[in-house]
Amino acid sequence: MIGVGGAYGKLYGGPVVRDLLEVYTTVVRAVPELVLILLLYFAGTDLINQLLTALGHAAIDINGVVAGIGVLGVVQGAYSTEVLRGAILGIPQGQIEAARAYGMPPGLLLRRITLPAMLPFAIPGLANLWLIATKDTALLAIVGVNELTQTTRTAAGATKAYFTFFMAAGALYLVLTLVSNVVIGRIERWARRGMPSIAGAH
Amino acid sequence: MITQGTAPALKHTAQNGAAEAIHVENLHKRFGELHVLKGVSLSARDGEVIAIIGGSGSGKSTLLRCINCLENPTSGIVRVNGEEIRMKADSHGHTVPADRRQIERIRSKLGMVFQNFNLWSHMTLIENVIEVPVHVLGVKRETAIAGAEKLLARVGLAEKRDVYPAYLSGGQQQRAAIARALAINPRVMLFDEPTSALDPELIGEVLKVIGDLAREGRTMVLVTHEMKFAREVATHVVYLYNGLVEEEGPPEQIFGAPRSERLKQFLRNVG
Repeated sequence: MIGVGGAYGKLYGGPVVRDLLEVYTTVVRAVPELVLILLLYFAGTDLINQLLTALGHAAIDINGVVAGIGVLGVVQGAYSTEVLRGAILGIPQGQIEAARAYGMPPGLLLRRITLPAMLPFAIPGLANLWLIATKDTALLAIVGVNELTQTTRTAAGATKAYFTFFMAAGALYLVLTLVSNVVIGRIERWARRGMPSIAGAH
Repeated sequence: MITQGTAPALKHTAQNGAAEAIHVENLHKRFGELHVLKGVSLSARDGEVIAIIGGSGSGKSTLLRCINCLENPTSGIVRVNGEEIRMKADSHGHTVPADRRQIERIRSKLGMVFQNFNLWSHMTLIENVIEVPVHVLGVKRETAIAGAEKLLARVGLAEKRDVYPAYLSGGQQQRAAIARALAINPRVMLFDEPTSALDPELIGEVLKVIGDLAREGRTMVLVTHEMKFAREVATHVVYLYNGLVEEEGPPEQIFGAPRSERLKQFLRNVG
């Protein structure tokens, strides 16, 4: 579930910087996530259903999980847009210029040069976003998603074993983070394949 | 100045009748208030090596970059291979290429070598060399790799084919960049101060590669600070001063018997 959310975020965070995106990133990053989740879930569901009814379809009951993933995607997308923008600005301009000088069309240039060249600069930022996203899922409890924190609270409340359950939940978050770190480390090593390590012979 | 620029070109036609690969006529380039090129004309026929020399800020790099539209000329004519680059005014009043595909087609016939090499850092040398042939020109990967290996061997980097550019010296990177430019089988090679970013002891190996290309009759336009080298390889030398062609002619004349006072001064300063 979180994975889909992260992927959404990255997709939304396309490098196209336009006025529309500027509005999007400003608004999304200005409004607290909890508020956004409530807003997009309740207002969004309502809007979709009104649209469906207007088009002559029956109203549907939008699943909290789907809505939650969507909202996290929208939020992550706004932040990753800025991460990627910074990363693209970090590419030595000459490499882009060389691609242009050899007649690469814009789409090919983006795919073959810009994206791979910006990846090393983007990964630390994207990794941060991913780790924040895993914890943000706790906020989705508010729209009725059975995520880890909410489930823990219920279980702890029922059994009165607060300490055990919250420790277990903490451990689960920790494991998730550690596994993520290993995966991210691998991706980063691959992305930085053309760059000598700053620390020298490690 | 326009006529001064075209007159020698006509003389060349009479001499060898080779086709004109690059033709620049009355080129102007402004960066805002700054008027960098003030009506420059230039011609390169097949087999010619044109060396552009001049002081810092004379507009020599800008002139080279206008040929493949890395800088858009403000006005004037640029013809590559007899095909004139069509320009139009955009909504801000800047002159921009009218047809992106035309520019891309023209660019893919010009092998550009940059001052700072500009190899793609996420690709090994062999990947750098096959990138444009495979993805822009549509050459089959195996064919491109075979060609790239030959080119790398030619610039003395055969054993470095799987190394990333950051692990190489400046001289090696520039030689690889020359191989990358040759891989597109260019009609003309454009060199933008290819040795200016190199340590003195690395300049020789790069000049040797460029010199070999000149001797085998490749058409080249070369912006350089290496006067001795320009004298050796160039068939025609253009001295730019303050955005205008101050003097041009065969290297023996430019370096041996300069007429312009500014050129004499310039040659005293760099020599």
